[in-house]
Amino acid sequence: MNLSAPTGAAPGHAERGHAARRRLDLVPVLLGAGLFIGAWQAAVWIGGYEPYILPGPLEVARRFVRAWSDGTIAPHAATTLVEILLGFGVGASLAVPVGVLLARSRFAARLLSPYIVAAQATPILALAPLIALWFGTGLPSKVVICALIVFFPIAVATMVGLRSVDARLVEMARAFRADRAQTIREVEIPAALPVILGGMRVGATLAVIGAIVGEWAGGGSGLGVLINLARGSLFDTPLLFATLATIALLGVGLYLIVVLIERRLVGVRG
Amino acid sequence: MPRESATKAGRSRETGPLASIEIADLARSFPTASGAPLIALDGVEFAVPDRQVVAVLGPNGCGKSTLLRVIGGLLRPDSGSVAVDGTLVNGPDPRTGFVFQEPRLLPWRDAAANVALPLELAGRPAEERRSRARALLELVGLADFAGARPHQLSGGMRQRVAIARALALEPTVLLLDEPFSALDALTRERFGVELLRIWAETRTTIVLVTHSIAEAIFLADRVLVLSPRPGRVVADVNVDLPRPRRLAMLDTAVVSSTAASIRAVLAGATDEPAPDQIWGLQPAGSAPGARDPLEGVGVAAWFDPFGREGMA
Repeated sequence: MNLSAPTGAAPGHAERGHAARRRLDLVPVLLGAGLFIGAWQAAVWIGGYEPYILPGPLEVARRFVRAWSDGTIAPHAATTLVEILLGFGVGASLAVPVGVLLARSRFAARLLSPYIVAAQATPILALAPLIALWFGTGLPSKVVICALIVFFPIAVATMVGLRSVDARLVEMARAFRADRAQTIREVEIPAALPVILGGMRVGATLAVIGAIVGEWAGGGSGLGVLINLARGSLFDTPLLFATLATIALLGVGLYLIVVLIERRLVGVRG
Repeated sequence: MPRESATKAGRSRETGPLASIEIADLARSFPTASGAPLIALDGVEFAVPDRQVVAVLGPNGCGKSTLLRVIGGLLRPDSGSVAVDGTLVNGPDPRTGFVFQEPRLLPWRDAAANVALPLELAGRPAEERRSRARALLELVGLADFAGARPHQLSGGMRQRVAIARALALEPTVLLLDEPFSALDALTRERFGVELLRIWAETRTTIVLVTHSIAEAIFLADRVLVLSPRPGRVVADVNVDLPRPRRLAMLDTAVVSSTAASIRAVLAGATDEPAPDQIWGLQPAGSAPGARDPLEGVGVAAWFDPFGREGMA
């Protein structure tokens, strides 16, 4: 993920090479999309499925455009997006300090690790109804579920990232009289940032799952609710697919945002 | 770390008021897996007058780096004491600036921000940090590279940034742990001249750890030779070369006689009996296949004739 920064000599040339490489990067992306849609269409043709079982890509695309333009999806997508962003924010801002604690204190690691791992190993699907019972069917329960599911990968990544920081840099900080908090803030977190952001990439995609699961456990709005509506009362399979596509795009979008942040923060290290 | 200004221990009458570093009966060992502690330093004792350049020389594993870390307050001695400017060292100290074997720059900070790091950690105001970083980068000849990231700089430039950073808090003592070891031979000798220029401008006391005899003689007023484990000072050799030093001085009789006496001490301090084997000297107790402890042992090995043409 490192952007190779041009090293002075011929920046113009290096940047041109860069742009060309970017264009080349698009080729596999488009190729993959083409293969996926082709296989999908082939399955519809060969299987001869009814649209309510498996609608073709063109029909889904049409339904997708219509559902977005007539305002069927937008409010649900907005609800889910808010849940994801809040849940991710809460989860990440708890996970990073806990990760620091786990990396720094053997005692804390022994004390907390079993419960953190057990909480992660328990299916979120099984916990969701309980959380809905405690926090209601509104926004808070979704935020809790998202935060819970996002917590583990980010906390673990923070812990692993901090533990693998070059001890020589830490000694350097100590030689220049950094206290513990300064060492963590100025040396260890920045050094561990690539690994922490790797955990956040995983977390970003999990947050989407968390929001949908939370909506299934109870709620009046959101893409998870829309899936249930499309499948059950509306019996509109193309809308179901359009909703799935929206969820997938949301996940990809969030993942890309984390990647872009990563490039901005880490890419210049070379 | 607060200075223990009340404790005037270590300021002995013999060394006089100008002593910058005083080390008394220093010992330090490390626990090992086998149970028997590894004694890195034992009974180390010496004083360094203000503004002197001292080279600490010895084979690998003789505790040179340990000694430097104890002086810098990065390691605590088991017994004995280190005083800088008359007050005891008790943890990392703003009066000493440390230059490590590798530059150890923060890759996400540009050169100026790396130099300013100690000032930032000490809570100095932004304006002071900026002007000080600029002045220090100028001092080390990198005024035009303030905005460059470490990966955009050469190895020698990075080590210069590290020296500038070590000088940020205006230390009276500069501690250098084999600062040339990561540099290629040509960069190395230019860097030696450069270091002496910086020393002449800042007038700090320098303690420099090295395992090159030529490097030690060229840079230092005085060479302390450490024995292998446990490390102790087995010789204290004065270098009678005038300053400013020129690379051409390495051809003088003073240098060869100084080098010869250092080699004799090193031969005596190890298990190698035959004087003609000194060139392939191995420290006592070092594992077979270990890195050559006296890499660049001869003057010629360090001072490449091509480089000498250009510098002298």
